Amino acid sequence: MDLRLPSKVLEHILSFVDSNEDRNSVSLVCKSWFETERRTRKRVIVRNCYAVTPAAVARRFPEMKSLTLKGKPHFADYNLVPDGWGGYVWPWIEAMAAKCPSLEELRLKRMVVTDECLEKIAASFKDFKVLVLTSCEGFSTDGLAAIAVACRNLRELELRECIVEDIGGDWLSYFPETLTSLVSLDFSCLDSEVKLSDLERLLSRSPNLKSLKLNRAVSLDALGSLLRLAPQLVELGTGSFSDKLDQEAVAKLSQAFSELKELKSLSGLWDVLPEYIPLLYSVCPGLTSLNLSYATVQMSDLVELITRCSNLQKLWVMDLIEDKGLEVVASSCKELRELRVFPSGAGLDETNVAMTEQGLVYVSEACPNLESVLYFCVQFTNTAMVTIARNRPNLKCFRLCVMEPFAPDHKTQKPLDEGFKAIVERCKDLQRLSVSGLLTDKAFEYIGTHGKKLRMLSIAFAGDSDLMLHHLLSGCESLNKLEIRDCPFGDTALLENAAKLKTMRSLWMSSCCVSFGACKLLSQKMPKLNVEVIDEHPLETRPDSSPVERIYIYRTLAGPRLDMPEFVWTIHKNPEIGVSHLAIK
Amino acid sequence: MLSEEELQSNVSVASSPTSNCISKGGGLKVHNYFGLSDSSSVESSTLSGNVEDDKATISLKATELTLGLPGSQSPARETELDEKPFFPLLPTKDEIFSSSQKNIASGNKRGFSDTMYTEKNWMFPEAVATQSVVNKEVTQNIPKGQLGTLNNSSSPPAAKAQIVGWPPVRSYRKNTLATTCKNSDEVDGKPGSAALFVKVSMDGAPYLRKVDLRSYTNYGELSSALEKMFTTFTLGQCGSNGAAGKDMLSETKLKNLLNGKDYVLTYEDKDGDWMLVGDVPWEMFIDVCKKLKIMKGADAIGLAAAPRAMEKSKMRA
Repeated sequence: MDLRLPSKVLEHILSFVDSNEDRNSVSLVCKSWFETERRTRKRVIVRNCYAVTPAAVARRFPEMKSLTLKGKPHFADYNLVPDGWGGYVWPWIEAMAAKCPSLEELRLKRMVVTDECLEKIAASFKDFKVLVLTSCEGFSTDGLAAIAVACRNLRELELRECIVEDIGGDWLSYFPETLTSLVSLDFSCLDSEVKLSDLERLLSRSPNLKSLKLNRAVSLDALGSLLRLAPQLVELGTGSFSDKLDQEAVAKLSQAFSELKELKSLSGLWDVLPEYIPLLYSVCPGLTSLNLSYATVQMSDLVELITRCSNLQKLWVMDLIEDKGLEVVASSCKELRELRVFPSGAGLDETNVAMTEQGLVYVSEACPNLESVLYFCVQFTNTAMVTIARNRPNLKCFRLCVMEPFAPDHKTQKPLDEGFKAIVERCKDLQRLSVSGLLTDKAFEYIGTHGKKLRMLSIAFAGDSDLMLHHLLSGCESLNKLEIRDCPFGDTALLENAAKLKTMRSLWMSSCCVSFGACKLLSQKMPKLNVEVIDEHPLETRPDSSPVERIYIYRTLAGPRLDMPEFVWTIHKNPEIGVSHLAIK
Repeated sequence: MLSEEELQSNVSVASSPTSNCISKGGGLKVHNYFGLSDSSSVESSTLSGNVEDDKATISLKATELTLGLPGSQSPARETELDEKPFFPLLPTKDEIFSSSQKNIASGNKRGFSDTMYTEKNWMFPEAVATQSVVNKEVTQNIPKGQLGTLNNSSSPPAAKAQIVGWPPVRSYRKNTLATTCKNSDEVDGKPGSAALFVKVSMDGAPYLRKVDLRSYTNYGELSSALEKMFTTFTLGQCGSNGAAGKDMLSETKLKNLLNGKDYVLTYEDKDGDWMLVGDVPWEMFIDVCKKLKIMKGADAIGLAAAPRAMEKSKMRA
């Protein structure tokens, strides 16, 4: 009796299974389930573009409609990865063009995208709908023109914090008059002006436009006429908020804002002048997301806005908000889930004592749904962290950046070990943690012991010895991404816990004490890992004991990558190099 | 304890984040957190070769415009012919370098020197960097309780050192905020620009490009850039025809290697006349050029040839 589920039935069942995690499990059951699953998967996510080859992915998922790729390691955001390291999307686009021409959506993060790539996308995918590029680079506005002119059914075009060679605003005029399907447009990272008339015409024929993020060059005056053409917006990123407007223009703009009945998210607000803040009052009660992280206004002005945002769930702001402002946040924004406080730059040179750990304590006390925190602060205390942990055991993401390296608890002068201990002990669902300040090995013993759900961990200027790494690699069961800079350890812990690295997506270590010899040994021990040594000085003549500048280790099915620049070394470059006697402590 | 001199001599010269690495056994190799003022990174030093090529004096060959596929080398640019596979699976090294070169040209290079030139410097508030290294070393040997006092020394720092990538703030944010400060100092709020953009169209291409004439210093650079921009509109194989090109009529002929058609680079000047590119001195050219067009050779017959162009320039002088 054939007990197998007919594949048509299985297909139908799988059409309800969205989560890729579940689909991965499905594909492990047996061969026929693997086959059925792979033929029906529409959304493919590859979180490390070098973990697998484009050809393999294209072969496995022929019906792919949406592809998400991530390239460079996270620390590339902070200039720790040299230019030219890699992350090129071209091979992926080529492979998809050949095998998956029905691809509709491409989402890329930290990848190098050239104009040729954009042209190839435009030429190869007839029904292309969604292009979202986050922290990407390598293309110019000409590439955008190619997308605009060719993708007749384009729905989303979003450039989030990309580095774009901006050679003119004409690209917007290439959207054909027949394009009416636009739902989301984000060109906030571009420098040059787009023609207002082009933009107005585009908005007039885009009744489904829900999200519009303008760049800084769009003046306040222009904003009024644009808003009138798109009152249905749910997300708005304004342009520069600083022209001098006459009374009539201000009244018109105020009216336009009040017409935005659906608005939930507001960002942009570059150079905002305090006298224009009242223009925003009408949309505040409806806002769930507010990004003031480029608004260089003082606490009193920020507070005026925030008191009116009682439904706010996500707030990004600069430390100009000060403790007093955060106290207002605490009392006004009871629905707050995510808080990010960025440094205004004033923090280090001039002491900005008005924002301290107290601000975060206020918010943790009063906002029951707070689960994600990114907080830049000059200094912190253990007591504050203990309080925060006690108040908010539901924290999922806690990233504390004490800006002064090695800064201890500023009241007791002790390391911040106990504070972070409280965080990992009480916040049982903590998935992401960034630590800073003065920390000893003890802190990492606590993290290893309690951080069982921790998936991503970022460490800088911390610890005393190899024990630190050992605690983490042996204790944190769910650890997926570990990134470390400027910590005094390396070889022993790395080699002892080599097997752990196979269960993680990646490990980054820069300016630590990992020796060249250990890298070689690790490479030989673990063939399923790519052990990349990224070092500007040539390695061939290096003694085994010399420390390397950076290592990036990731599991991969693809073997050594073919696009390594000179300054990236893996053992595949010199397989004949033996591992000499190592001075491992 | 290492002496001051030894610490200095261990400072690595490239602008990379150097490690303060204190190994428990074996030789000490101590670096400090100096972000050095030397602005060249690995990228720019290895790229200098390409840049030098482009800056070669204008010769017949250099002004010759040729087309090839991404990854191919035009004979005008290199002394030896480099046969590269067309349609490479992966971008060749040249593409990679030229795209980072592009980034450098546009001032968007993200390298180690990036953090050194932002307006707000992210400072390590400790005393002189070398001293901070000594502090760190010392702290290894003393009881933990005294750590705080050392790190919180109230003496004003004699010099400030920079740490690359610290605090961990994205370059995008740093650059945006830096421009905020600049803008507030300017009168009209618009960033000043010395760029000179002109449109470039090509027969048969679906859309225009734009180039900033001020970002080139001679015809050779312009032709290389245009070649790179418009190679995607050509089909077939790349080859080499340096010798053949030399024999053609004018030094401004754009040779389409692929299907043997001739293309000519022309420009519209201030008077609205279409002229052949390359006959007047570069400085004069960027002064008068309003638009560029890559025309088919056949269509360009009758365009202003060299003598008339020189006459015009004499009249203007």
